[in-house]
Amino acid sequence: MPAVLETNALCKRFGKVEALRDCDVSLPAGKVTGLVGPNGAGKTTLLQLAVGLRSVTLGTIRVLGLDPAEDTVTLLSRVGYVGQDRPLYLDLTVAETLELGRRLNARWDQEFARSRLARFDIPLDRAVRSLSTGQRAQVALTLALGKRPELLLLDEPVANLDPVARLDLLEELMGAVADDGPAVVLSSNVLSDVERVCEHVVILAKGQVRVAGDIEELERTHFLVIGPRKAEPAGEEVVDIREAERQTVRLVRGAVTWGNGDGTVTRPATLEEVVLGYLRSSRGEVR
Amino acid sequence: MVIVEVDTRTIAFHLDARSGVPTYLQLVQQVKHAVRYAMLRPGDRLPTARDVVEDLAINPNTVLKAYRELEREGFVHSRPGAGTFVSNSAPAPLARSVHAPLRRSLDRWLTHAHAARLDRDSVIALFTLALQDAYGSEDTHARSS
Repeated sequence: MPAVLETNALCKRFGKVEALRDCDVSLPAGKVTGLVGPNGAGKTTLLQLAVGLRSVTLGTIRVLGLDPAEDTVTLLSRVGYVGQDRPLYLDLTVAETLELGRRLNARWDQEFARSRLARFDIPLDRAVRSLSTGQRAQVALTLALGKRPELLLLDEPVANLDPVARLDLLEELMGAVADDGPAVVLSSNVLSDVERVCEHVVILAKGQVRVAGDIEELERTHFLVIGPRKAEPAGEEVVDIREAERQTVRLVRGAVTWGNGDGTVTRPATLEEVVLGYLRSSRGEVR
Repeated sequence: MVIVEVDTRTIAFHLDARSGVPTYLQLVQQVKHAVRYAMLRPGDRLPTARDVVEDLAINPNTVLKAYRELEREGFVHSRPGAGTFVSNSAPAPLARSVHAPLRRSLDRWLTHAHAARLDRDSVIALFTLALQDAYGSEDTHARSS
């Protein structure tokens, strides 16, 4: 299957600041992808470029095979996007918001949108302004899902939500994936959420892709090797090293064949250890 | 007023985020547990992927992976369009007639161990050794698939 989102040497500059640099990603169709990385890594910029909200400085980006800057209208009929601040018109009622969704989208499933909100007891006659943060997040997601998108782009969808609202939102999102199977790309700093709902992950730091792949594959191919300081890896790729006087902890990619009888302990790395290892290793690099 | 919702789902899955056990494997273990204790019987339908996803906020493919694994091990079979069902070939639940005498002989054994001043860890170590001799080592597929 072709990629739902593909970039090639993508670069985005804001004045002198490089938000994205030589960014190559290829996100698989039919999967849920997590975009992780520290604040300022370029996650939001990537998502904004993907819906044509910003223009590319250098390189290319293709979403569902289309150029977001050229084919914005066509693309937006097939892509649902919810920005970080979950933009909604505060003075509109919920019903008016849905009406807006119906009129602005060529494809729109009003029945679906209404029944979705009814499940959360969100009254249609209330003004958006009077809703809780969790309810607004549900309305924003409904607006994106109402057009039955092929691809859903969500920027920090669970940020600022209380634990119950957070799980409600993720449950709804995964329910939509179970029903219609849109590909989803979501950015998040909550690794436990990423582990829970995502199959694929892209780790961004300083505007560059550190590593990308299937989460299971990353967990299967990365090991934590804890051993005496002198032990040197034989051919494997060491992603990150933390050193104490006598001991080192390495995040290693590939089959581990070293540390015989010298007290070295090797175990599979968790997603969190993989992510942290790559982010830490990017810290020392000059931008 | 208290509203009691009667759920039509046969079993309710739960997740232990701290266990380190992959999510799909937790689901597999919970189905096996339910079969072993007769909470699930042959012919019973497992919750749909949609149901599980709505309960646990996990990726639907994780549920499907768990069900595929259970199918491979002969616990369940799927009927396209109808759902996933506990198979007749699934291991029979622990019967009380088998269970109770075994428990009594184990109690006797533990009394002997206690009399011989074995502490808890020694008892576990001894039992684990005997278990491995009889059944083989089990922790081989924790991460393999």
